[in-house]
Amino acid sequence: MVFEDTALLSRILTLLTLSFHIIYATIGVGVPLMIMIAQWVGIKKNDDHYILMARRWARGFVITVAVGVVTGTAIGLQLSLLWPNFMQVAGNVIALPLFMEVFAFFFEAIFLGIYLYTWDRFEDQRKHLLLLIPVALGAAASSVFITIVNAFMNSPQGFEVLNGELVNVSPFLAIFNPAMPTKVAHVVATAFLTCAFLLASIAALRMIRGSNHIYHKKALHLTMKLGLVFAIATAIIGDFSGKYLAEYQPEKLAAAEWHFETEEGADLVLFGVLDGEEPKYAIRIPYALSILAHGLPDSEVTGLNEFPKDEVPPLWIHYLFDTMVSIGMWLAFISFVYFVASWRGWKFIKQKWFLWLTLISGPLALVAIEAGWWFTEVGRQPWILRGYMTVEEAATTSGQVDLMIILFAGLYFILGIGTIVVLLRMYKRNPIEKELADREAQRDGGKE
Amino acid sequence: MTLTLEIIGISVLWLFLFLYVIVASIDFGAGFFNAYSAFTNKQHILTNIIQRYLSPVWEVTNVFFVFFFVGIIGFFPQTAFYYGTTLLVPASIALVLLAIRGSYYAFATYGAKINHRGYIYMYGLSGLLLPAALSPVLAISEGGFINMVDGNPQLDYWALFTSPLMWSIVVLSLTAVLYISAVFLTWYANKAGDVKATDLMRKYALIWAGPAIITATGIIYELRGHSPEHYENLIGLWWVFAISFLLFAGTVYLIWKRRNYGLAFILLVGQFFTAFFAYGFSHFPYLLYPYLTIYDSFTNETMAIALIVAFIAGLGLLLPSLYLLFRLFLFDKEYVKGKSDYHA
Ligand code: HDD
Ligand code: HEM
Ligand code: HEM
Repeated sequence: MVFEDTALLSRILTLLTLSFHIIYATIGVGVPLMIMIAQWVGIKKNDDHYILMARRWARGFVITVAVGVVTGTAIGLQLSLLWPNFMQVAGNVIALPLFMEVFAFFFEAIFLGIYLYTWDRFEDQRKHLLLLIPVALGAAASSVFITIVNAFMNSPQGFEVLNGELVNVSPFLAIFNPAMPTKVAHVVATAFLTCAFLLASIAALRMIRGSNHIYHKKALHLTMKLGLVFAIATAIIGDFSGKYLAEYQPEKLAAAEWHFETEEGADLVLFGVLDGEEPKYAIRIPYALSILAHGLPDSEVTGLNEFPKDEVPPLWIHYLFDTMVSIGMWLAFISFVYFVASWRGWKFIKQKWFLWLTLISGPLALVAIEAGWWFTEVGRQPWILRGYMTVEEAATTSGQVDLMIILFAGLYFILGIGTIVVLLRMYKRNPIEKELADREAQRDGGKE
Repeated sequence: MTLTLEIIGISVLWLFLFLYVIVASIDFGAGFFNAYSAFTNKQHILTNIIQRYLSPVWEVTNVFFVFFFVGIIGFFPQTAFYYGTTLLVPASIALVLLAIRGSYYAFATYGAKINHRGYIYMYGLSGLLLPAALSPVLAISEGGFINMVDGNPQLDYWALFTSPLMWSIVVLSLTAVLYISAVFLTWYANKAGDVKATDLMRKYALIWAGPAIITATGIIYELRGHSPEHYENLIGLWWVFAISFLLFAGTVYLIWKRRNYGLAFILLVGQFFTAFFAYGFSHFPYLLYPYLTIYDSFTNETMAIALIVAFIAGLGLLLPSLYLLFRLFLFDKEYVKGKSDYHA
């Protein structure tokens, strides 16, 4: 009884920390690339606006990174504190990418420190831009490595269990597990996607507030174009992720799609409610599930009837999957509309209602990130290491997890509020119009 | 003792833990001195130095810590079972304290400059509480505080909190943090040409030198009662501690004479390096007395080799980058003097 309880509490605390960390981590992965692109465009076009864009984004970025480091340290330790039995196995088989991740952190942290404190220190802007490359690489690498660990949890391989002992360990087989290619690609692409839309939201917000400055139009244009590219990439990779699931974790896909009986030519079920085993009020897209799973309209999709009852994940992950996919479609749609309209010179994209739609897209992308992770993690239940170890077996036996949940919930609440307040204050005190005017004044007053 | 994979693994981890102790002490202590000078209304003599040196490097400092706890799970996976299960509460408290420090840099020095006094005090206080929260692990590793209940390890808080050994380790960690930090900041302030800050930090360095050495000796005394076996090993290494003491005397002499603060800091690193490694060596082969040794908790050979190769490759990347960082923020005269502000 007590045993089960600590497993549940540990899940809640893990969920809490990861759901919070992932917001900052996603920003940490995607924003350096956006800064890099803006600065590069600025140098190439010799346009001060883009340089300033990079600089202003970088200022906000420092703050999110710092909170990302704090929460990342928390989850890093919590994995051992809450799941000691799992980490003992993980340490034997999948420690390599975890270890390499630390070097990625080092790399990122070092160059970020240098980049931030060397604005205008070099004569040649390009040298300064060079310093950002290790930051972007380090951040992307850390997400790649940690996602590899998560992929391993979903499709473990590279070891054998003999009388309860781990033998024949191959760290490389463990790293290159079947879940890894799609998962890594999808996580990195969605981080870029989310950051493009978050930055677009900020530009849209300024324009809704009545600023007519060309700076915001440039920012919106750049981020929406990037958003379109990554939205398309995300959908394509997401499709591959579905095919991976059909092959290696069919129970997750079946639960997500309320697909009870194995059948050919399966429909995709969108939304709806479940009445026994019968989806009601749902939108059904004929053959779409078969296409998602295997690429052919009449292929066979494994149903939940093939799995023991206690190995079927909770069925409510259906809504998480739908939320993620719907938001993905929406992001592709709105950035496509923007792209076509700006190409044809249509004016409606400058109107308030369209800006509002752009504004909500950034937060929606974050919702999709959360929904996607919850879907993957809850969809792995009851396993922590699919097929080998359940969550119950992995959890700590320590009796104080409940107190820690309260402690960390309070901490994240304060950190979350703090981030928002500080970011708002920072940009309010120094709006772009003021900063541009200051720079002009400085330049007219002769070189420093 | 031959050079086995186990020895390489533990040496790498111990080295990074040592580096963390040094860089984190500088960070923790600076926060405390800053808060103290705010408290005594000394016009934030140190604030400038903290912003110049600590803000660009605190994330790197943090990674040393991450390196240690990720690395130890990699090389010695069984530690997850023993330490992971028992340390939930102290480690969580340490995480919250780390969060206070991280958010101070984010919110107060980079961001909107929330320089509320309460925040400065919290930041300073967390610098003292952190060593107090982390160092009991060293006491726990001596054995006697973890009991096996139904095959699961449990921390005996009562035994821990009433143990003189635990408290003397905590006191040592506090004095060491303040001493290390004061010596470093004396040097840095001197480089920055800030006479007032140099004098203040020099005074602190001299004040904390005595307590640091006395508490360090106290531990050896406490170990004699608590872990006779460990004590014997320590005494066998008396000559290393003698070297460590000479280095200590050198640092104090130089600081006293106001000479060559850079060399004084290097001697201090040497002092702690010798003592830290002699201590670690005498602890050998236990990771947790008497349950875990580095041999029975070690990972499989394939993983160990992979980790060591990754470590060497990573170091090839890390060392030049660290060199660049220090050249720009520690050894660049213009920057240190605060002549130019290049923050984004
Ligand atoms: C902005 C965020 C976002 C968007 C728009 C999408 N996804 Fe996603 N998805 C994620 C963010 C995400 C994620 C957070 O990155 C996940 C969670 C864990 C993972 O590997 O990636 C994920 C997981 C994930 C999985 C589970 C993989 C697994 O469990 O191994 C599938 C099948 C898809 N996605 C498919 C899609 C499809 C078909 C989309 C259609 C456009 C889509 N995703 C849009
Ligand atoms: C990338 C490496 C990751 C690892 C190693 C990891 C590990 C774990 C572990 C050990 C658990 C507890 C067992 C379980 O309930 O399934 C868990 C659960 C969970 N994780 Fe992950 N996780 C990772 C990524 C993420 C991310 C980025 C999120 C983002 C939100 C996330 C969300 C969750 C959630 C919501 C649960 C709770 C599931 C439930 O209650 O059923 N995970 N994860
Ligand atoms: C179980 C899951 C995870 C663990 C244990 C973990 C661990 C950590 C740790 C320890 C840090 C702080 C590093 C430092 O001190 O500099 C960190 C930061 C970071 N993490 Fe996570 N992380 C997890 C999930 C993720 C995921 C899923 C992503 C990406 C999609 C990610 C991306 C990052 C990035 C980019 C940073 C750098 C800080 C930032 O830019 O915000 N992490 N993480």
